[in-house]
Amino acid sequence: MKVGFYPGCSLEGSSKEYCDSLFAVAEKCNVTLEEIKDWNCCGASAAHNLNHDLAIALPARTLALAEKQGLTEIVVPCAACYSRMATSQNEISSNVASKLKIEKYINLTLSTGVKILTVFEFLQKYIFPVVDEHIVNKLNQKTACYYGCLYSRPKETATLEQIENPMEMDEVMAKAGAAPIDWAFKTECCGAGLSVSRTDIVAKLSGKILEDAADRGAESIVVACPMCHMNLDMRRPEIKKQINKDINIPVLFITQALGLSMGISADRLGLNKHYVPTDKVVNCIVKTEV
Amino acid sequence: MARIGVFICHCGENISATVDVAKVAERAGKLSGVAFSVDYKYMCSDPGQTLIIESIKKYKLTGIVVAACSPRMHEGTFRKAAEKAGINPYLCEMANIREQVSWVHPKSDATTQKALDIVRTLVEKVKKNVALFPIKVPVTKTALVIGGGIAGIQAALDIANAGHQVIMVEKKPSIGGHMSQLSETFPTLDCSQCILTPRMVEVAQHPNITLHTYAEVESVTGFVGNFDVKIRMKAKSVDMKKCTGCGACSQKCPTKKIPDEFNEGMGFRTAIYSPFPQAVPNKPVIDRDNCSWFTKGGKCGLCKKICPTGAIDYETQDEFIDVKVGAIITATGFDLKHADFFPEYGYGKFKDVIDGMQFERLASASGPTAGEIRRPSDGKVPEKIVFVACAGSRDKAKGIEYCSKICCMYTAKHAMLYKHKNHEGKAYVFYMDIRAAGKNYDEFVRRAIEDDEVNYIRGRVSRIYEKNGKLIVKGVDTLMNSEPVEIEADMVVLATAVVANIGAESLAQKLHISYDQHHFFSEAHPKLKPVETNTAGIMLAGACQSAKDIPETVSQASASASKAIGLFSSDELTREPIVAVVNRQAPPNFTSCTGCLLCMEVCPYHAIEKEEIKDRQGNLIKVAARVNAGLCQGCGTCVAMCRNKSIDIQGFSNDQMMSEVMAMLNS
Repeated sequence: MKVGFYPGCSLEGSSKEYCDSLFAVAEKCNVTLEEIKDWNCCGASAAHNLNHDLAIALPARTLALAEKQGLTEIVVPCAACYSRMATSQNEISSNVASKLKIEKYINLTLSTGVKILTVFEFLQKYIFPVVDEHIVNKLNQKTACYYGCLYSRPKETATLEQIENPMEMDEVMAKAGAAPIDWAFKTECCGAGLSVSRTDIVAKLSGKILEDAADRGAESIVVACPMCHMNLDMRRPEIKKQINKDINIPVLFITQALGLSMGISADRLGLNKHYVPTDKVVNCIVKTEV
Repeated sequence: MARIGVFICHCGENISATVDVAKVAERAGKLSGVAFSVDYKYMCSDPGQTLIIESIKKYKLTGIVVAACSPRMHEGTFRKAAEKAGINPYLCEMANIREQVSWVHPKSDATTQKALDIVRTLVEKVKKNVALFPIKVPVTKTALVIGGGIAGIQAALDIANAGHQVIMVEKKPSIGGHMSQLSETFPTLDCSQCILTPRMVEVAQHPNITLHTYAEVESVTGFVGNFDVKIRMKAKSVDMKKCTGCGACSQKCPTKKIPDEFNEGMGFRTAIYSPFPQAVPNKPVIDRDNCSWFTKGGKCGLCKKICPTGAIDYETQDEFIDVKVGAIITATGFDLKHADFFPEYGYGKFKDVIDGMQFERLASASGPTAGEIRRPSDGKVPEKIVFVACAGSRDKAKGIEYCSKICCMYTAKHAMLYKHKNHEGKAYVFYMDIRAAGKNYDEFVRRAIEDDEVNYIRGRVSRIYEKNGKLIVKGVDTLMNSEPVEIEADMVVLATAVVANIGAESLAQKLHISYDQHHFFSEAHPKLKPVETNTAGIMLAGACQSAKDIPETVSQASASASKAIGLFSSDELTREPIVAVVNRQAPPNFTSCTGCLLCMEVCPYHAIEKEEIKDRQGNLIKVAARVNAGLCQGCGTCVAMCRNKSIDIQGFSNDQMMSEVMAMLNS
């Protein structure tokens, strides 16, 4: 099986482990991910604050290239990329004038559009049907599934079944043998792009998320967004300063957690690339009885 | 030979400024079959009408065309004039040369020509007109009121007090509806039961009202003035004639842990029960889904053993009764949106997140806490309560775009009642807007804010979660720099959206009335027919039409009662004869209808029935369609459907329409 793939900048850089783990899981399940050739930046954070047309045109170009390449479905693992892609596609498909204008800008034609999959939709559609035969480990830990903002809003691009109380990631984690906890900060904001400019705000917001997860006994936090991961993982020193507490819960990408349950090695999944050590997660794992 | 008269009106200058009326009159006079033609300044005026009457008599006219305004405006006027002159009113037609000509075109020869064209088509039509006579329908002077809440009670009492018979059907064991559950009522804070229960008793004792509780409407057929209704009398297992309402059975019933609907699940009832102490009738029924005699196959039987009058009968079955009524008032009320709609508010998950109706029961003297505000989880008096107005209402993402209308007021009332009972307590209200547009309503809300110091926060709540025994309410204060707000509350009350009652759409289908996308019943016209439905003789009262408070419900109930009383004011109904008819021919054909009954399928008013034409010995000769003139609304759908033109609309027959079209084409 072949599915198109848009990495965006994060999956090639700061969140390389997200990319590696996604590929590892896909490979296990015989799914080939085909990268869109000559893809460009989705424009996240910056473009839509500066120029509306640019914000629509950047993802549109990548979508047009995907079409040209004969892809009907693409998985966009980064939440911000997904949001920009879906927003662009929404506008183009609902506004003919905009479509014509954008086509002129990108010098490419757009037809019915490629189906854009979030990582959850990808897992549900391609991995879930065969996942049971590959699961060899039980994660055996309490985990907090953190969805962040871009999967749950705005409602036009959100594909979660219950946008105020999503359960998609909880389902994945239950399959991986973890115990997803019921907690209050599933869809709160981590501070996102303020990570650089207003680290204090990020520390405050992400701190609250970590605190609630810790209070409710979470042994790991699972995310599906490079930005969330960075704020919750890399900003621990600043968070510690803000909340006067040292919280050591490791933060995993959903594909890393699933990969562990499939018996893929921690190195291959990039667990060694995190700021907060992930040994605790790995130590919890037990082999499932065959 | 037709002798048609044509009367061209100037309508002051409304028509004559753009249409050359004299020329139209002159040309019309030359049309074949036209015996007389004239123009006049105001045809609808007294001298204008006299001119028509005199001309009909003088020229022995067989039909007239009045070229003036829209028939909506003056058709009745001119038909009456025709009748005065001694010809059938349906031999008068109007040519609309004002709205369709002079008001929409500039002055020109073409405009005059168009006026003449329209006159000519109507002349051709009127040649084919035949005398029609109004349809008389008898009226059964009994009203059916569906629902025994305050809307049904008010409507029933109004109709009964006017001297007509009323049959009331209530699906629960007692009448009273939601109002009987309320604590106190805004904006006066008078006790709900104190004002309601005398009305309930009045219904039960009124000589003109027949009350059927624990009963539902099974089917409705017929038409205005003549509905046939089948009512299902659910098996009560208690003989209402023998039962004295002593209550011994309920006291002894061993099945005691059934969540009490009347107390919104905050308390328990027995399997044989009367819903509340002031119930009308105050006699119990057995809830067979929970009674161990029925669920465990004949075990227990305690109530039968101890009943001093031998009123308990486990063998009774649902019974059906057939009644004839002339009018139906639908007063089936509303429901509130329940749990799982708000996973983010923990409704259904946290015991102390309750809805408005549950708060009413907590605040009610007859409620589970005897009127003390105690939270459901541990019975403690909450020190801090957060009220969330608009929980689900006005929320496109939740699929409910409308305003539930009553929440702003009852939330203010709730906060006030809490503060009155707990002076040290803190009450917060999250709101979008305060909609308090009623008599003394805004004053009431101001009282809550200013006198009772309820903290109003303009903003929405994003999430409610439990932490260290407190409910954390996260929201935003949009009047304070849109700052995030977090309140640690002991209890949260959600003003959940008012929604249509369960089963509303299936009742609407039984009644053949329409409902909107939210399953509220639709009124015939949003402004001018707010209590009627599209089906003649069926009226709406209360929250089954849209969210309403008590004063508005009572007003609408009285309005619908007055419509029923109006209907009952004469022995016969007169209807316009603009209805469909299936043609009749001499034997051996009898009719050209072949009895395919496609018309029956498409008729939106269920006005077409199967007719069996029989000879004198009773042998079947032919099956054909027959139109019930009482039900037919003259829409013409059957005419379009009929394969061999056997159905026609009187006054708008195929032949008449064709003549008009041909006259237009042959200009």
